[in-house]
Amino acid sequence: MGPVLAGVLQLLALIGALAVVHIPLGNYMAGVYSSDKHWRVEKWIYKGIGADPDTEMRWPAYLRGVLAFSVVGVLFLYLLQRIQGVLPGSLGFSSIDPDQAFNTAVSFVTNTNWQSYYGEQTMGHVVQTAGLAVQNFVSAAVGIAVAVALVRGFARSRTGELGNFWSDLVRGVIRILVPMAAIAAVVLVACGAIQNFSGIHEVGQFMGGSQQWNGGAVASQEAIKELGTNGGGYFNANSAHPFENPTPFTNLFEIFLILVIPFSLTRTFGVMVGSAKQGYAILATMATIWVGFVSLMMWTEFTHHGPAFELARGAMEGKEVRFGVGASSIFATSTTLTSTGAVDSFHSSFTGLGGGITMLGMMLGEIAPGGTGSGLYGMLIMAVIAVFIAGLMVGRTPEYLGKKIGSREIKLAACYILITPALVLVFTAFAMALPTPANSMTNSGAHGFSEILYAYTSGANNNGSAFAGLNADTQWFNSTIGLAMLFGRFLPMVFVLALAGSLGEQKPVPATAGTLRTEKPLFTGLLVGAILIITGLTYFPALALGPLAEGLAS
Amino acid sequence: MNNSVTNTARLLGAGLRALLVLTLVTGVIYPLVLTGIAQGLFTGKANGSEIKADGRVVGSSLIGQAYNLPLKKGQETPAPDLKWFQGRPQNGLGTNSVNTQYKLILSGATNRSGDNADLIKWVKDAKAAVVKDNSVPGYTVRASQVPADAVTSSGSGLDPDISPQYAEIQVHRVAERNGLSVAQVNRLVQDHTESRTLGFIGEPRVNVLELNMALKALVAKG
Repeated sequence: MGPVLAGVLQLLALIGALAVVHIPLGNYMAGVYSSDKHWRVEKWIYKGIGADPDTEMRWPAYLRGVLAFSVVGVLFLYLLQRIQGVLPGSLGFSSIDPDQAFNTAVSFVTNTNWQSYYGEQTMGHVVQTAGLAVQNFVSAAVGIAVAVALVRGFARSRTGELGNFWSDLVRGVIRILVPMAAIAAVVLVACGAIQNFSGIHEVGQFMGGSQQWNGGAVASQEAIKELGTNGGGYFNANSAHPFENPTPFTNLFEIFLILVIPFSLTRTFGVMVGSAKQGYAILATMATIWVGFVSLMMWTEFTHHGPAFELARGAMEGKEVRFGVGASSIFATSTTLTSTGAVDSFHSSFTGLGGGITMLGMMLGEIAPGGTGSGLYGMLIMAVIAVFIAGLMVGRTPEYLGKKIGSREIKLAACYILITPALVLVFTAFAMALPTPANSMTNSGAHGFSEILYAYTSGANNNGSAFAGLNADTQWFNSTIGLAMLFGRFLPMVFVLALAGSLGEQKPVPATAGTLRTEKPLFTGLLVGAILIITGLTYFPALALGPLAEGLAS
Repeated sequence: MNNSVTNTARLLGAGLRALLVLTLVTGVIYPLVLTGIAQGLFTGKANGSEIKADGRVVGSSLIGQAYNLPLKKGQETPAPDLKWFQGRPQNGLGTNSVNTQYKLILSGATNRSGDNADLIKWVKDAKAAVVKDNSVPGYTVRASQVPADAVTSSGSGLDPDISPQYAEIQVHRVAERNGLSVAQVNRLVQDHTESRTLGFIGEPRVNVLELNMALKALVAKG
């Protein structure tokens, strides 16, 4: 069997595994967010919080909950890093500098996990497990909560009530993320991922002498890092490090973990709006883009254009032998089409076009299938836009799921899709125009520009992966990428929740012969087209200067 | 005004309490329970899959090592010890830059692009070295036989494996340097070649540390 066929079979196996769990997990999650019963442990937690989980919130109250929880999260994580030097269990590592601590705190609270530090030499046990890994759980749960609030806006009528944020947050953690992460972590350890608190210790070598290694709670963090589409590695090499991702099987398993919740949430959506078919239409849109991008990536990586790769007879720079080109391509595409940003191979050393595909994946807004929760709400916003465009074509007031898409709704959706491109392009322009930021580039020319474009794309879209040639640990990059992550996460949430509120207040419009059937393949096609055109028009000039220029030159 | 300040404070208080409770669940209980399970069920794996030879730990089967001669005076990079099978280049590895009371190896990649001058030179030099080192009397390695993994650095810099093709072109050299027959060393490589999991997951590979340990045992046996 050749490597190309093996790559395709791995893709098919992945699709099969995702299909098997799609309905059970999607239904389960719909149940989690619809049930009126509280588990006992949840009641204790609500008592600890001092919140009544049964109080319905309108969108401003829901948003205030999201923001309050996230503000506290940033401050707590910032402080934890600033006092690391005196915390026990920190391996004697010193406290993190203010700009880097700010960047890292924002990065993990926004589900980005951009890292301007080297994990193994910077973060001790306490910050890793009680700081960073905690945000891996709760930022993912916040994302799902906001998505569920939007779905309720579609599902409910004549009420502005969107559910209770504290209840959605706690249930997401307790009923979905913790159990799934625990199972996944045990699987990872069984395959060789490490899980200990040995800290830094000497290990002998074959040729004599010894090396120092940093041990830690890696598997438990790896599991939630993929499952919550977070992506922050325990080690600098992230999921390329053998202790995080030891075998070809764990590699495929980790890709599965990245994709399973975002894809299954489309089922949750279908169930909650009372039409499984609507969920399938969204799923089909996501799957079409994902499969298309993976195929393109495999093609460009296997053909390996570029002087160094042609000389080497393969694009193996930055890739591990045990994964090979095929599985690395699937991982790279999946991590950038979700908000994960974990890497099992290094995107900067992909072919020019391959690097462009990872960037374009993020620029689509990470909606195919996207981050936990953020993928679903991002895709539903695009669906609203697509319905609107279709409505313009036939001259009817557009409707989606029985709700009118009026001027208020379309304004909110338009604001949503403008935020991230504005952040990416403005920050990139400033970084290129100013004299010093360019000093951080490792490569020059088109690829150097790509490093900076990639950094802001990754930050503003809350991805967190990097064209890691860029030295991002400077005050400029720590601060500006920090701001891009912050605005790129929370401003869109404001518009999503406002939209949810406005949809929930409407009374449903009965479907007529003139209603666009949004559960049909025609709509899926329209949606894919709308996504590609809107993104293409926004980013094409920037992409032409970076990855396209590099890819076409080689 | 006062009212909104109180409300904000109350909300932030709720947020803080929620964070603390969830930190207890996901940041303390979860990792500790998982560590307990991992240490109980998979002690060796949870601690890094260390392997021993003659009662001494010689590394982890998961982490790649360098098989070099000691650094000579005036040398910047050590020369490979050609007695042993060689792993992939490790140009992406770094050294400790903060918390320098430790001497940690930093995992990582070179992050060089396909048109980067450094990378082109590294690949060119590595290829020439692989051809030269592995060509022994009666066996010449051609540049077209050298697989990509032999001349590129991995993502982690700690890749424990090489492709079977790379192991194959090293066989004649290793046999000659250790006074073994080519057939003996070939058999060793075959025994340590792992095929794709379930026939299609990942790529075929040879674990260099395990191969070298078996080689050492074979040489010792005579």
